[in-house]
Amino acid sequence: MSETPKPDELFSNIDYRPPSSGWMDTPVDIKKGIYSYAGNPKSLEYVGLPFARQWNPIDEDWSLPENWKEIISKGFRERLDRFRSIKVFMDICVRCGACADKCHFFIGSGDPKNMPVLRAELLRSVYRNDFTTAGKIIGSIGKNFKKIIGARELDLQVLKEWWYYLFQCTECRRCSVFCPYGIDTAEITIMGRELLNLIGLNIDWIITPVANCYRTGNHLGIQPHAYKDMMDFFSDDIEEITGVKVEPSFNRKGAEILFVTPSGDVFADPGTYTCVGYMMLFHYLQEKYGFDITWSTYASEGGNFGFFTSHEMMKRLNAKMYAEAKRLGVKWIIGGECGHMWRVIHQYMDTMNGPADFLEEPVSPITGTKFENAKSTKMVHIAEFTADLIKHNKLELDTSRNDHLKVTYHDSCNTSRGMGLLEEPRYVIKNVCNNYYEMPVNTIREQTFCCGSGSGLNAGENMELRMQGGLPRANAVKYVHEKHGVNMLSCICAIDRAALSASVEYWVPEVEVTGVHEMVGNALILPGEHKRTTDLRSEPLPGMEDDDAE
Amino acid sequence: MNISYMYSLIAVVVLFLLAYVGVKLPGGEVFFGVIIPYLALIIFVLGFVNRVIDWARSPVPFRIPTTCGQQKSLPWIKSASIDNPSGTGGVIVRMILEVVFLRSLFRNTKCELKAGDKISYEWEKWLWLFSLIFHWSFFIVLFRHLRFFTEPVPACLQLLEKLDGFLQIGLPGLMLSGVALLAAVTFLFLRRILIPQVKYISLGSDYFPLFLIFGIAFTGILMRYFTKVDIVGAKAFTMGLVTLKPHITEGVGSVFYVHLFFVSVLLAYFPFSKLMHLGGIFMSPTRNLANTSRVKRHVNPWNYPVKIHTYEAYEDEFREKMIEAGLPVEKMMEPETPEEPEEKE
Ligand code: SF4
Ligand code: SF4
Repeated sequence: MSETPKPDELFSNIDYRPPSSGWMDTPVDIKKGIYSYAGNPKSLEYVGLPFARQWNPIDEDWSLPENWKEIISKGFRERLDRFRSIKVFMDICVRCGACADKCHFFIGSGDPKNMPVLRAELLRSVYRNDFTTAGKIIGSIGKNFKKIIGARELDLQVLKEWWYYLFQCTECRRCSVFCPYGIDTAEITIMGRELLNLIGLNIDWIITPVANCYRTGNHLGIQPHAYKDMMDFFSDDIEEITGVKVEPSFNRKGAEILFVTPSGDVFADPGTYTCVGYMMLFHYLQEKYGFDITWSTYASEGGNFGFFTSHEMMKRLNAKMYAEAKRLGVKWIIGGECGHMWRVIHQYMDTMNGPADFLEEPVSPITGTKFENAKSTKMVHIAEFTADLIKHNKLELDTSRNDHLKVTYHDSCNTSRGMGLLEEPRYVIKNVCNNYYEMPVNTIREQTFCCGSGSGLNAGENMELRMQGGLPRANAVKYVHEKHGVNMLSCICAIDRAALSASVEYWVPEVEVTGVHEMVGNALILPGEHKRTTDLRSEPLPGMEDDDAE
Repeated sequence: MNISYMYSLIAVVVLFLLAYVGVKLPGGEVFFGVIIPYLALIIFVLGFVNRVIDWARSPVPFRIPTTCGQQKSLPWIKSASIDNPSGTGGVIVRMILEVVFLRSLFRNTKCELKAGDKISYEWEKWLWLFSLIFHWSFFIVLFRHLRFFTEPVPACLQLLEKLDGFLQIGLPGLMLSGVALLAAVTFLFLRRILIPQVKYISLGSDYFPLFLIFGIAFTGILMRYFTKVDIVGAKAFTMGLVTLKPHITEGVGSVFYVHLFFVSVLLAYFPFSKLMHLGGIFMSPTRNLANTSRVKRHVNPWNYPVKIHTYEAYEDEFREKMIEAGLPVEKMMEPETPEEPEEKE
């Protein structure tokens, strides 16, 4: 693996001036630190993806199937016929450049092909050549004319360029907010990755989690007993911190509600503390109000790396949620803190795997609130659920336990631009902690910056890319850190919790990362708890230990 | 990529010469004054409709609006009913704002690296402003031209002309819209060659319509203020076109034909180019859908069944371990030993 440059080096290397050669004349240079490793053939085979083989992106020969051009061309046609979005987006871009400097990868790398418009042109150029009348007519005059209208033939170099740059897009949709026609480069990336998958081109950090998720129910490949072990371990932690024993239930038939969260919350710090937060919240509600919820080991993954593979794979992995809800006979589902998981649930699940007519319209058993906005999907975001509890004064909170934190909040791309969940988490945060600061307006809410590692790019070998992409977000964190002394970056996404931890450590090491429900758990006063001296991370709570000493 | 605009410029110059010289050849007036305009109009209409139908033939399988504000969820949280519409009304307003005021472009920011390690995102209004001026002035100019196709000229047109010419400079009175159009086209062109990133992404097909529209506005102004075209003759001519009784009027001059030819080329070029954004914006699924994804089921017409890993298969694989860990199972032991793929952290 290549050495990731130091932060100041990386920053001063950014150069927004494009090279002197035109983009079609600049061949792709697949760089270490930027690209991710190719998918493990075993994983492709496990989920039945075609052309599983060992191949290396930096090799000249990618061992492509003989007829790969034909496959891609047919696949392209099919997708044009299936998705109006693709067809319209291929045709109407005016290259105004409004999206150009909106992409975190462009901002952090200066690579012109990371401008959303050029990322899209990589595919659009082939589209013009193969599928438009103008392209065919003008193209037949000569190659030079082709170039003038931005058309080119698909060849191995172009394919490599696709692969390289489609795995430098986190499908964050920030570009789409600024485009006057709403052209969503994420949509184009999704389609492009589908095409690549038709000839066995993927990255391992996506396809192996997919295979794991298919088999074990979650990306990390945690088997049911290990999942339970881990949760038992958290229960012990909670008992140590609070003196209260919590006993979550698993795969329990007849429970009222099913809870699904990303597996990162169960296995990766600091997400685990968020998981502890959920457990404490559910226990509290059970003790006080007889709340009845179950976890599942079969549907133990909220996230969906299938989304980064193809629409079909997304559907195959997502199907478990409704299937499990049906099997267990629950009334509705609550989903944990995760970004792309919620894009899938919000914008795709009901369409793909619904109708969920075996479930009931979600009603909070504690406040009686009807979640009208989830009437059809029957799945409620935990931030919506908790915000409603707090609004109705159903939680006893000691906010001073979060007083050592100066908190800011990172909107996940997917929950903000694919859903609009902006106020609910803020409401929760402001009610569980006393020091809250927003980052600058152009970096939050619908204009939020990606963590830099979304859509399956959270690997280790592409660290330089991740730090480039993470720069705009981290830079805004740095701003509030310097201005207000912010020391905690909160978020509602499992990938964020892993990815931001790395990028913040790189760019603003003084700041840590937390999930919103970790702060809830920290403030929540459990019935019968003893005086807490540490937070959920078992770190001493300032002020509380002093009391003990006296 | 300088060749891109050189080629486009040359193309427009060639078109100019073609019309300028061609119209003087025998039959040139009929060709450039009657045949080409009718042909162009037919291509435009058929091409436009065809393109829109083609788009419409592809379904919208998923409800994927780009949400640019707070969703409608809990009753006490104020939702952004326009930027994140929860109903048709909101979508209509959102679309109107997009089409009429270029709402999304209004958000534009410019990213800059500052000394030390700061990044700033400043509001960048010029692209929005000039695009707005461009589209509006183009529209007004177009609308004003209806006076050549109506008899008597409707009152609203006369009023518009009054407003447009309120500065009362020169004779015939200077129309603001024409000047604004030229200025905006010039800005959009300069922007393309002066901003390095925009220059880098610009294609010949981005410069060509700019030059062409420049040509149209320029020949129009030339006729009105300098060569002083015979307005009565021109109107007689255009009325002939529109009433399908075309006849050539003597003495309208070559510039008039060049103007007409440029317009014809633009019309014929339109459906095959990015100019189709005029139709496309209405069909953009990230803008024209309400964010009701969880409220109402959106149906995908090509949704097909897929292979999934069922709970039964899962339990079969892990039953023993599940029982040992005290997890409930559907069936009691029937041990099996499947092979295990590699695990991933
Ligand atoms: S903002 Fe939209 S129209 Fe403008 S260049 Fe980007 S994708 Fe194309
Ligand atoms: S979706 Fe995000 S990562 Fe992809 S091109 Fe757009 S801004 Fe960049």
